[in-house]
Amino acid sequence: MAIVLEPPPSTTAPDADKHAGTPGGTTFLRRPNSSEGFWSWITTVDHKRLGIMYSATGFAFFLLGGIEALLIRLQLARPNGHILSANQYNQVFTMHGTTMVFLVIMPVSVGFANYLVPLQIGARDVAFPRLNAFSYWLFLFGGIFLYSSFLFGGAPNGGWFGYAPNTSIPGYLPGRGSDFWVFGLLLLGIASTAGAVNIVVTALNMRAPGMTLLKMPIFTWMSLIAQFLTVFAMPVITVALFLVMFDRNFGANFFNPAAGGDPVLWQNLFWLFGHPEVYILILPAMGMVSEVLPVFARKPLFGYPVMVFSGIAIGFMGWGVWIHHMFAVGLGPVAVSAFSVSTMFIAVPTGVKIFNWIGTLWGGSLRLTTPMLFAIGFIVMFTIGGLSGVTHSLSPSDRQQTDTYYVVAHFHYVLFGGSMFGIFGAIYYWFPKAFGRMLNEKLGKVHFWLTFIGFNLTFGPMHILGLQGMPRRIYTYDKSLHLGFWNMVATIGAFIIMVSLLVFIYNIFVVTPKTALVSADPWDARTLEWSIPSPPPEYNFAEIPTVHSLDDYWHRKYTEDDEGRLVRLPNYEAVRASSDTNVATPGQHIHMPSPSYFPIVCSFGLVVAAYGMIMGHTNGANYIVSVVGFLITVGGLYAWGLEPSAEPPEEHGGEGGENAPPQPALLGASGGTMALDAPETAELPPGDTTEGGSES
Amino acid sequence: MATTTTPEVLDESPGESPADHGMSPATNTGVSNEKLAMWSFLGSECLLFGALISTYFLYRGRSLTGPTPKNIYDIPYTSISSFVLLMSSLTMVLALAAIQRGDHRRLRLWLTATALLGTVFIGGQVYEFTSFIHEGLTMRTNLFGSSFFVLTGFHGVHVTLGIMMLLSLVIMSARGRLPQSKVQVVEIIGLYWHFVDVVWIVIFTVVYLIPSPVAHSNRPLQIR
Repeated sequence: MAIVLEPPPSTTAPDADKHAGTPGGTTFLRRPNSSEGFWSWITTVDHKRLGIMYSATGFAFFLLGGIEALLIRLQLARPNGHILSANQYNQVFTMHGTTMVFLVIMPVSVGFANYLVPLQIGARDVAFPRLNAFSYWLFLFGGIFLYSSFLFGGAPNGGWFGYAPNTSIPGYLPGRGSDFWVFGLLLLGIASTAGAVNIVVTALNMRAPGMTLLKMPIFTWMSLIAQFLTVFAMPVITVALFLVMFDRNFGANFFNPAAGGDPVLWQNLFWLFGHPEVYILILPAMGMVSEVLPVFARKPLFGYPVMVFSGIAIGFMGWGVWIHHMFAVGLGPVAVSAFSVSTMFIAVPTGVKIFNWIGTLWGGSLRLTTPMLFAIGFIVMFTIGGLSGVTHSLSPSDRQQTDTYYVVAHFHYVLFGGSMFGIFGAIYYWFPKAFGRMLNEKLGKVHFWLTFIGFNLTFGPMHILGLQGMPRRIYTYDKSLHLGFWNMVATIGAFIIMVSLLVFIYNIFVVTPKTALVSADPWDARTLEWSIPSPPPEYNFAEIPTVHSLDDYWHRKYTEDDEGRLVRLPNYEAVRASSDTNVATPGQHIHMPSPSYFPIVCSFGLVVAAYGMIMGHTNGANYIVSVVGFLITVGGLYAWGLEPSAEPPEEHGGEGGENAPPQPALLGASGGTMALDAPETAELPPGDTTEGGSES
Repeated sequence: MATTTTPEVLDESPGESPADHGMSPATNTGVSNEKLAMWSFLGSECLLFGALISTYFLYRGRSLTGPTPKNIYDIPYTSISSFVLLMSSLTMVLALAAIQRGDHRRLRLWLTATALLGTVFIGGQVYEFTSFIHEGLTMRTNLFGSSFFVLTGFHGVHVTLGIMMLLSLVIMSARGRLPQSKVQVVEIIGLYWHFVDVVWIVIFTVVYLIPSPVAHSNRPLQIR
């Protein structure tokens, strides 16, 4: 948990008393204190709310990216299609890729991590609640920023990989799209890095007593690894984007062949980021599936430590395979051979995981619920995608497949068949925890089977199209190539996926709200988040649990007899019932971090600065807008640093923000003051009075 | 308030300040959240500078036109400003030692000294940039210009942010808002400051000390 560096207010250092009454930013803006309504969502620092906001925003972008996918498929359904022009097609496929990677799978995975990591490790919030809010708002603004390009002369049209010098030399691509792409990704990169640092620190530092690293739930583990990758991968693309920005805005020569610049540098930097990024996208989904399978197979996860270490191995090896994205560039036999071998090697820990999932299912008493169906679908689809990935490690065959639809088929099998199936399974699995209601199972199964069929119809034929030589990123093809049939099949599949999504939306927004509330532990699950009510109270755990084993909650309910059969403990019902009533007792005072305006202010300033940079590109005087945005952010940061993470308890009473007892101001990186029990409340046992998160 | 000392005794272990009264469990790693976050951030920064330095390294000697490092660098001048920057790490250590002793006057003295040395370094960089531009080297001139200005510029921005943080600490301390119990704030900003200094050692070596292979060559692209 967070560290208390300050004495409680009663013993505050005397020098602080002289500056009473004006803790930092409250001099001009009173601390927000609403817990309901519009402003409470704007100023919230609650990891559960932010997790839901992350996922919901990500899902909205998923629908946008889906519409773009449908446009692509409509255009390609028949030879010589003319639904989109070539330039429009370029914009649509660029935004589809950028959206799905940066605005859907990454933030939804982070959203789940946000929601679940503190719950799974028995913490009351993440390490830096306000930084968490900042990451979310910057992600939202960054997404809106990217999409606003449609209004300002056209969306990015250089592909999600943005190869230089196509993107770096102004005028090569029509419109300002590349500017929006560069600055949009820079904003999103800051957001993900800040979010990643937060989750890394939370998982490493804030585990409940007794939860050693090898008792940590597998989803938390996989999120931890993925967020470590984010911390280290994001700066690489940040530099690449900055170099393009200097080329575009300030006439530098980094990727200008006429001045000796080397376009392959962009590819190296981009894919050095891009391949770890692949694992940033898949590892959290692997963690989700590894949580779902044991619950519905009613067996422990097969080979938990091996799962953890194979995840770590993937995290390390993910840094040594990026050249396989560039086999056709002509880097010479040594580089290509070395990276062929490393690419084959990385299939080993991935294969280990697949066998462990099968081992988990083996001999289990399976319950084929919707989350379980998606999890099994994940294993099958991801295996297919993994195998076609291994074919890419054979560089002679890869040269044939490069830039064909075979590659498109491959990465959709790992990203949609893998990540998205895992995420859908996770939505069905954790929805009752977050909202207290089960998603309708019948509609869920319809959703699964439609997705499964539609997905395979869409992307299965792309293997064939690719091997027939259909290139990627072309906006149309001629009839004489005989590619029409499978393209039509793929388009039909895409519309089946659309129908499946409509079923899903209908389920969430129409059917489920009318269903009955469920108990804290509807799936008879294994990890700590099921030991508290659904939805969890703001403070998560009334009392921080002490952990004795992996899957601690499960072991409170079950044991094994001599022959290894599952046996309910006598207090099984009592444990499950107590989870519903696991709330704070009336006299108990749990002090949580206070809401804040400044995260949204700081992220807003950065977006203003980014708009200024784009306007400045055409008219230098407009850089003043960037300066203004930057000053907003700096001002916000100072106010943030000077307001305490949590207001003193008295202030929550309502009146008197001005009259609150002095609270020492804190700078950005300082420790949080979690001074506790209000004087008027009853004396509590020390264990009950704890803090939520700490300063950020 | 110039020499305020707070009553409590400083405990070396950051997780267990005596102010805890045993209410807050230590972190799992024993390192505080804030410090762990700074270390992760610095890990991230390593890759940022790593990518920038690699870019500079890749483009050494591959400019198609002059000026080249050889005819533009003033190595004695830059050595002196590098020395100034490295000395600021020493004053940063002294500042931390001061607040650990509870000596707030010396804390402000050394923090100010650190910021001042940083400012001298930045001033030197501004002068260097200006004189290079006068000699005809800008970001647009050639690959050397692009990679030199971006790499050293990024470092300069980091130093500038560090100076802002140091001055903020000085002001906080002067207003009595940096009691000894917040020694960790100084320590964490110190981590950042030392990191920026260490990075400069690498940059100075790569950019100034290692001679460019063949200056001003017309060799074809070489990374195949």
